[in-house]
Order: sequence, then C-alpha cells, then structure tokens
Amino acid sequence: MATKKNNTIKLKFDSARNLAPAPESKSAAKIDPQYDLFINGKFEKPQSKKYFATINPATEEKLSMIAEANTADVNKAVTAARTAYDKTWKKMPPAERAKYIYRIARMIQERAREFAIIETLDGGKPIRESRDFDVPTAANHFFYYAGWADKLEYAFPNRRATPLGVAGQIIPWNFPLLMAAWKIAPALACGNTVVLKPAESTSLTALKLAEIIQEADLPPGVVNIITGAGATGAAIVNHADINKIAFTGSTEVGKIIQRAIAGTNKKATLELGGKAANIIFDDAPLDQAVEGVINGIFFNQGHVCCAGSRLYVQESVFKEVVRKLKDRLETLIVGDPMDKNTDIGAINSKAQLDIINKYIKIGQQEGAEMYQSSCAIPWKGFYCRPTIFTNVAQSNRIAQEEIFGPVLAIQSFRTDDEVIEKANNTPYGLSAGVWTDKGSKIFNLTTKLRAGVIWANTFNKFDPTSPFGGYKESGYGREGGLHGLSAYINLTTL
Amino acid sequence: MAKTLVKKRLEVLKTYKIYIGGQFPRTESGRYYIATNKKGENLANVCLGSRKDFRDAAVSARNAFGGWSGRAAFNRGQILYRIAEMLEGRKAQFIDELIKQDSTKAQAENEVNLCIDRLIYYSGWCDKFQQLFSSVNPVASSHFNFSVPEPTGVVAAIAPQNDSLLGLVSVIAPIIAGGNTGIILASASKPLCAVTFAEVLNSSDLPGGVVNILTGKVAELVPFFADHMDVNATVYCETDAATQKMIKEKASLNVKRVVLYDKVKWASSSGQSPYFIMDLQEIKTTWHPIENIGGTKAGY
Repeated sequence: MATKKNNTIKLKFDSARNLAPAPESKSAAKIDPQYDLFINGKFEKPQSKKYFATINPATEEKLSMIAEANTADVNKAVTAARTAYDKTWKKMPPAERAKYIYRIARMIQERAREFAIIETLDGGKPIRESRDFDVPTAANHFFYYAGWADKLEYAFPNRRATPLGVAGQIIPWNFPLLMAAWKIAPALACGNTVVLKPAESTSLTALKLAEIIQEADLPPGVVNIITGAGATGAAIVNHADINKIAFTGSTEVGKIIQRAIAGTNKKATLELGGKAANIIFDDAPLDQAVEGVINGIFFNQGHVCCAGSRLYVQESVFKEVVRKLKDRLETLIVGDPMDKNTDIGAINSKAQLDIINKYIKIGQQEGAEMYQSSCAIPWKGFYCRPTIFTNVAQSNRIAQEEIFGPVLAIQSFRTDDEVIEKANNTPYGLSAGVWTDKGSKIFNLTTKLRAGVIWANTFNKFDPTSPFGGYKESGYGREGGLHGLSAYINLTTL
Repeated sequence: MAKTLVKKRLEVLKTYKIYIGGQFPRTESGRYYIATNKKGENLANVCLGSRKDFRDAAVSARNAFGGWSGRAAFNRGQILYRIAEMLEGRKAQFIDELIKQDSTKAQAENEVNLCIDRLIYYSGWCDKFQQLFSSVNPVASSHFNFSVPEPTGVVAAIAPQNDSLLGLVSVIAPIIAGGNTGIILASASKPLCAVTFAEVLNSSDLPGGVVNILTGKVAELVPFFADHMDVNATVYCETDAATQKMIKEKASLNVKRVVLYDKVKWASSSGQSPYFIMDLQEIKTTWHPIENIGGTKAGY
C-alpha cells in the first residue's frame, strides 16, 4: 500500500522484514576443525605450535582452529618463496605462468558456492554479497591478470618490465578472498612469488584458496599463505629477503609499515582508510541517489574502506533526501548473514562492534542527531542497526574519522565550490560519489575531488579492469587494471 | 671625462635571494652563507634558508596548486616552452655563473644547452603523457570507466647537489609539467644559477608559487621537506642512505610519496622521460552508468 506525502510516495514496509527465511545450507562447504600453514606447497604445522580460534561473528560459535605463524614460520615461508622465484617462477615462460593463474580462476569458479558460504560464515557478510560479489569478482581478478602475464611488454611504453622478487602481502578482514585475489593475481602475473597473510578473524577462505593452489599444481613455494595476527604481519614486513610489501588496512598501520621499511629498498603499495564524500545535488534522480547512498554506506555492513560515510545533500532537497533515507533504512533486513534475504549481516568482530558503538556514542555527545532503523537484531552475535546522523558539523569526529561500520554522517551544502571544499577537507582521498543529472557538473566535481576512485551516479562498483587506490593518506599505488601492474614490476630502459 | 668614469665604474654585485610565491624575499631568518668556488674565493652571500622559509613556500605552493593543476595542459606546455626561451636569452649569464662555480667554458655551455633542450622536451610532454598513461577500462557492468593521471599535489624536492643547473631543471620540469607545484632546495655548494633560474621562471608567465626555490643547508632543511603535513611528495636526489631513511620515516606521518633519484645520470638521455612525470602523478578512476534502454541490439 502506498500513501501520498510531501509530493513523494511513502511506501509501507511493514511486511518487508517478514519474508520467510531463505537460508543457504552450510552443508555445501567443508570446514576442517584445524588449519595449518601453507608453505612450499604443503600444509605444515606451525613452529610456534600455537593455534587460535576463528568464530562465526553471526553466532559467536567456533568454526575452526587456525595456526599462528611465528618468525620462524615466516622465515620458512619467505625462503620457500625465494627458492621458487629463483628456481621456477621467474624462469617459466610467461604464457605458462598465465595458464596456472587461469587454472586458479577456473577452480574458484567451480567451487564458488563453497567459497561464498565459508566467506559468510567466517566474516559475517550477507550470503547474497559473498555469492554475487566477493567470490565471482575474486575469480574474475585471477582471470583478468592471468592474461597479462605474457603481454607485459605492451604495458609500459619504451620500458622492459621485470619482476620484483618476493612479495609480502597483508590483507584485511572485510573482503578476505577478494583481497587475496587482488594481491596474488597481479603479483604472479608479473612473475613474483608471494607470502600472504590474511587477517586473523577471516583466514578460512584464504586457506581454501591454498587448497586450490595446491590442486592447481602451482609449483611449490610460488604462493605461501600463513596465518596469524599483527606479530606475524610485522615479521613479514621486517623480513630482510622480501622485496615488496603490499598492504590493505588502516591508515594507522599503513604509516607504521611505511616507517618500518624506511631503511630498506622494499617497495610498497598501501591501500588504506577512507572517509568518502557522497554528494547529492538538487537535480539528481533522488530515488536512485538514495539507493546509491544506502549501498555506499551499508554494503558489507559499512566495512569498506571506500564506503560513502559522509553524505552531502544540497540544501533544497535535504529534507526530502533525509526522509527517503529514513524510509529506506526501515526496509533493510538486518540479521542472519546466511539468509539470502539479508541486507546487513553481522559486524565482523566484537572489537569492531565496540569501535562502531564508541563512534555512535561520540556522535551523540557531539550534538549530532541520530536515527536508527527500528529493526530487531539477533540477541547473539555482533550486530549494529543501520545508523544515520544529521545535524553534523564538519569538525565532528564522526565526519572526520573512519568508523568502518554502518554509520552515515549527513551534512548540507549550497554551492558547488562549498561542497568541493568540504568533500576535500579530509586527510583521506580514496573515493567519492556525485549525484546529478548534469554532465558538465559531474565533470567539474569528478576532476576537482581529490580521490582515486570517483563514482558518478553510482557507488561502490568494482571491476578487475578498473584501477583502485587512494590519494593522500588513503595510500599509494593502484590495484586492478593496467595500472595495477606497476605495483609488481621494475622498469628498465630497453 | 666620461671615458675614465666608465673605466673606473664599480661593478654592481647581485644579491642572491630566495624565491617564494613569485617574489624574491631574503630569508626570514636573516642568516646567510658565503658561496665559494674550489679555490675558496667568495662568489656571493647566499640566503641560509630556514624552516619558516620552507613553511612559507609550502603555503605558496599549496595556494598555487589549484590554479596550476587546473590550467589547460596545452597552456602548461606553452609556459614550459617560454621558460626555455627565457633561458636561451640569458644563456650568457648562466654560462658565466657556472664558470664561476668551477665549470669549464665548454662544460658550462653544454650544461645550459642541455637545460634548454630538456625544458623543450618536457614542454612537449605536458599535453601528451596523459594520453599515454590513461586507460578506458572495459568493466563487465554497464558503466563507462576511465583512468587518468592527476598531479600528486605539492612536491618538496632536494635538487641534485652536483649538477647545479641541470639537476635543478631536470627535477623542476617534470614536477610542473605534470601540474604539481613545488618547493625546491638548490645545490648548497653551487647555488648561484638556481637563484638566477628563479628569475627566469619569474619572467616566463609561470604563476607565482608554482615553483619556490630555497637555498641553504641540506642537512638542516631536509627534515622539513619530509615531515610537513601539507606536502604530498618528497623527491631526494642524493645517495646518502641515512638521509634517505630519515625522509622515508618522516614521510610516513602523512603517507607522503617518496621518490629517490639516486642513480640517475642527469646529463644522459636517461635523465629525461615521461616516467619522471608519472612518478608524481596519481591515477584517478571515474565511473558512470550507461543507460541500456532499448535493448542491446544496435538500431542501425
């Protein structure tokens, strides 16, 4: 039923959250009770002899025990990667290298459902997202970069591209399999070997990927996947025989890494935090814009470095947009990530939920006005209602700092110049969004916003062919596309 | 009478000042050092630049960034060409200064010629490197998607200390060809032609603040080039490992890009390429949906 109000249609969504559950089955995925380290083509017990639990954040139930790699384990992995680089991988004809990477892509596609289920169980993201986005995009990323392996001489005019050597790669918990693909695929295509560490709360799909790499018969040591927390990551960063560090994570840790490798010749790409501005002009198609804003901030529970966490709405449509947002908020289905109807799943960890709740409190203390969906949330597991703040000042912490959760800070603006200045007034520069019907205004904004990815009349789109990465404190280097190759090669004159 | 006057005429010595925001102030510190040649003869009193000078220059460079990066690439090319023209016209003065700073006449002439040609080279790149390093990305969804290089922002560069003029020009040209603005520390031991080059810049339609040139001690000023929070990139052209490490450490404060040119032979053909421009560029990717009403078949 629809009723007219304020010239726009307000839909009644009373029944929207009462859809019958459509749970994905856990039985299509096999999770072992314990996982070891993947070094030199074999799963090996950690020399640390330690294991830690990984849980399902939606239920707080233990899923498996994961090995904790210590410095000795890291040394072993790096040695394996170095040996594989010298003896096998760099000597292999590039077209053969390509075929191995294609093979990995195909095997991910074959086991896509299993990957999606495990990704959702381990990380809390809705099965709809892991099924339709994370897993297929990861497979596509391998498929895309596989084809580059024997075409590098066309990528850099008047230069020869040579591999760097051993790449140490540290990835976050928000897109575990996809980030592994973003790191491993271009590194291998360019002829490097890899030591990769997934985040400690989401190791499972990376270890499943290790199984595939083993099945694919990739030469031992070309890809090593070792698990652990910050100390393991630090051991990788500080290892003397690593040529390249690729890190995706917080700006805080990114700065520590940049500092840690200062006295070395290690190259680095850093893909760090963000505080993206999403800008709605009064001539924008508002319903589409509202959908874009919802997707921009609530995709993956807002655990997205490029999330549109700051919304700027032109004053003349401010009230209407906020009301539409609130209406839309009410329709979002929050709950069991394994339910195919779920829009917003579980927050990845207790620690992250605490951070989000801290910022929600700070927002209220700073005087911003909070609105949360009235939905019920499960009593067990880590959940956060989708939250928007209005009456936000540019100086408020919720408008300045990355929250990494489903929390949106909304401000208004009058002129183009004003919103460009506000949008750029942040140390970050990862992404931004613009909503307007006017082409020339789009290009005015997209050229003046200081960010690496700009979405115009869309948001949170990703593709293997599309370079991704930040300006300013959002990091340096690109992942994806032709430009993503630069991260894994040296250029020499012909 | 007139003749004798001219013969006895006292030479007017030039005051070598720093170049900030299109003006030639003395260092705010009031300090100076004496530039000498190898024989130890005094050449000039030169500003011993300070942290405050650097900060003033950073403000100027930031203020100039929007205008300079927003200029048409063609216009930037014209201005680089104009700089080359001005340098050609004042060749004699630069040769004279290089000779004072211990170059032979042949060396000096060669260096100035190389500088002029290098400016012409980068003038030509101003509206071409974008085409070479851009891409239209064939994404799988219904979007138009493209990636283009954009300037990193404010660049702080410590110019090569030995190639006093050629090093300076080789560092400045790719910075500004790419639309960045910069603060450049000249060679401490051979600062004369750096200051004179600032005069060339100042008469070349280059907006004030796009290039700021300081003179002073490298060891004293390097930390500020690396830790200033409104600088986006630091360029260092020397081989000193401890300084390289210190720059990289301080750069982490705001995730500055650090570019080291410690193996570049500036006088060779490898001392110039569009990759020097690309070292100080970011890649921006833009997405826009493509409407697909009417199906996928072409109507004609």
